[in-house]
Amino acid sequence: MSTARDEILASIRRSLGVTGRERPRRTVVEERIARAPAGVVPARGAVSGRARIELFVAQAEAALATVSEVDTPDAVPAAIAGWLRAHNLAATLRMGADPRLAAMPWSETPLAVDEGPSDGSDLNAVSHAEAGVAETGTCVLVSGPGNPSTLNFLPDNHIIVVDASTVTGDYESAWARLRERFGKGVMPRTVNWVTGPSRSADIEQTMFLGAHGPRRLHIVVVGGRESASAS
Amino acid sequence: MSVHSTSPQFKDNAHAALHDVQLQRALSNVRVGFIEKRAKAAGKLPEFEALRDSARDIKDHVLAHLDLYLEAYIAKVEASGGIVHFARDAAEARAIVTDICREKGARTVTKGKSMISEEIGLNDHLAAAGIEPVETDLGEYIIQLRHETPSHIIAPAVHVNASQVEEDFRRAHTHLDAARDLSEPVNLLTEARGVLRERFLAADVGITGANFLVAETGTSIIVTNEGNGDLTQILPKTHVVLASIEKLVPTLEDASQLLRVLARSATGQELSVYTTFTTGPRRPEDPDGPESYHVVLIDNGRSSMLGTEFEEMLRCIRCGACMNHCPVYHAVGGHAYGWVYPGPMGAVLTPSLIGVDKGGHLPNASTFCGRCESVCPVRIPLPKLMRHWREREFERHLSPATVRSGIAAWAFFARRPALYRLATRVSMNLLAFAGRRKGGTKGRFAWLPFAGGWTEHRDFPAPQGGTFQERFARERAGRSGETGATAPASSRAA
Repeated sequence: MSTARDEILASIRRSLGVTGRERPRRTVVEERIARAPAGVVPARGAVSGRARIELFVAQAEAALATVSEVDTPDAVPAAIAGWLRAHNLAATLRMGADPRLAAMPWSETPLAVDEGPSDGSDLNAVSHAEAGVAETGTCVLVSGPGNPSTLNFLPDNHIIVVDASTVTGDYESAWARLRERFGKGVMPRTVNWVTGPSRSADIEQTMFLGAHGPRRLHIVVVGGRESASAS
Repeated sequence: MSVHSTSPQFKDNAHAALHDVQLQRALSNVRVGFIEKRAKAAGKLPEFEALRDSARDIKDHVLAHLDLYLEAYIAKVEASGGIVHFARDAAEARAIVTDICREKGARTVTKGKSMISEEIGLNDHLAAAGIEPVETDLGEYIIQLRHETPSHIIAPAVHVNASQVEEDFRRAHTHLDAARDLSEPVNLLTEARGVLRERFLAADVGITGANFLVAETGTSIIVTNEGNGDLTQILPKTHVVLASIEKLVPTLEDASQLLRVLARSATGQELSVYTTFTTGPRRPEDPDGPESYHVVLIDNGRSSMLGTEFEEMLRCIRCGACMNHCPVYHAVGGHAYGWVYPGPMGAVLTPSLIGVDKGGHLPNASTFCGRCESVCPVRIPLPKLMRHWREREFERHLSPATVRSGIAAWAFFARRPALYRLATRVSMNLLAFAGRRKGGTKGRFAWLPFAGGWTEHRDFPAPQGGTFQERFARERAGRSGETGATAPASSRAA
């Protein structure tokens, strides 16, 4: 095994005309990884307050997600129950152990709530996003007991709760948030960027929703209507 | 070497493709949709061209430091509990994957779409070892049922029409009601979803490719629109990532730069639906996810391309824009190219990976119109690289005798300008006389000596008299008499 590794590295070095021990090359690589320069960041995300939330919503809708807004976390269960009812969907919901979700008043709705990962038999699931990214209307989800990855892909209908204060303008700001939480160079097992519901255009280049993942993606933004005055 | 290639028969393949009515109908979906969608997405992002520069620079930087970024990446994967394997060639890669599957007692493996898996010919090898591979990308699933290879790197079944998919599904899904309605494409999608859901839940090992590997964090990245790659990698107990060594990027920021150009160039989406960053196996507190995480780093010829005139090809992020914009691909489709990678990127990569003796026809399958280079998100000079292959082919005496003698004859005249001018003037005037307009011929030849390949399919326009050099001299003389003349020559000559 180590032979193949050594031979591949040796072949690369032979082609590049280097030994791998050159100090300047090593410094360049170490500094690049340490600094993680941002590169070109689209100006479209450089908006704040209500404008940023509106961009997030517009981009998510352009990716064929649906979005509703509520003012407080307490209003989330009723909003989800209302959305399921409006689409004639079963009043069931699976979720992980996310404390933000656990603190919401689910018992005030008719929803039958189950906790834990999905085995593929669930119709509906809710996850709490770690962040939202306005530039493309993307939800950032991290794996763990709070939000099991299976909930993002197995149920027919996926609902994602996004706290407006976590919506960033661009991907780079979302990575900064993640590094703040997990540490530089450390990642949770899975980070899922979700931008709209599952789809395929593999048959005659005609797009249909619901290929293998959720047929519908609904996003509930919490506290975004206040942010006009907040910033 | 890898999967079987029919690249040496490119001319026959292309001839058959041009006469394949069904294929030509399917290809009409490529000629319009992809091009319009990409143009729209690029137009909506003012920074798109700057991002292409950035993407090119990131890839160049990585290639120049590839040994060190690989070392950094490997250390991070191992620190997160993953296992890294190394394969010098396709056979080693296949053996590593088969061993992992055997060790896990795997009976079925689900697979996300992976071009490197096609390149190493993994499926046949797994099947021969008694392990059933199940492709889960809808397009890949369709062609697996048809025992075909992908004809496009992001739309593998683009050569297939819906009625053919219906036939395939009726043949393969015999457990379903024979009277079911599959006349609508959406019903085909729903049926595949149902059939493959069972396979996802039952698989022992999940195999995906990787769009990028991140040195900073030891992360592998996949992008899909279906979610099949994610179900492939989170449901089975073992996740195996297949990746060629040039997939490395330094940081999450660098990956984000490349992601901004990838989907826009490929499908015209701002971002694919699912972009997934995976680091190691399930953590102790995780309620789901694979218990083991393997990465197979595959060289298979890449390290030898570094430092050569073909190094720039290693920037490729497999978006498919070059083939979507290629008039030759539009005409013959992907299978004619005869190996895993079609279109302009395949015309450069195939001779590098399987040899110019086998893939030498492909760099000739280009009009050098330059559309591929003009849309490449990492600015690979594809026509230039194809020209390098043509030169190599000529140097190695691999080109046909007619081509060689034709080029030799042209070179004889080209080195003698006076003779060249005389010969072209005489022949152009002769052709113009022979092809002069008379009763319905419209100044065209239905047949010309040495041009049968052209006139078999369309008329050859007759020269209008005079040579290009004469006209150029005349127009330049005319222009120097004007002040600030900026009108293009074509409009002034009308």
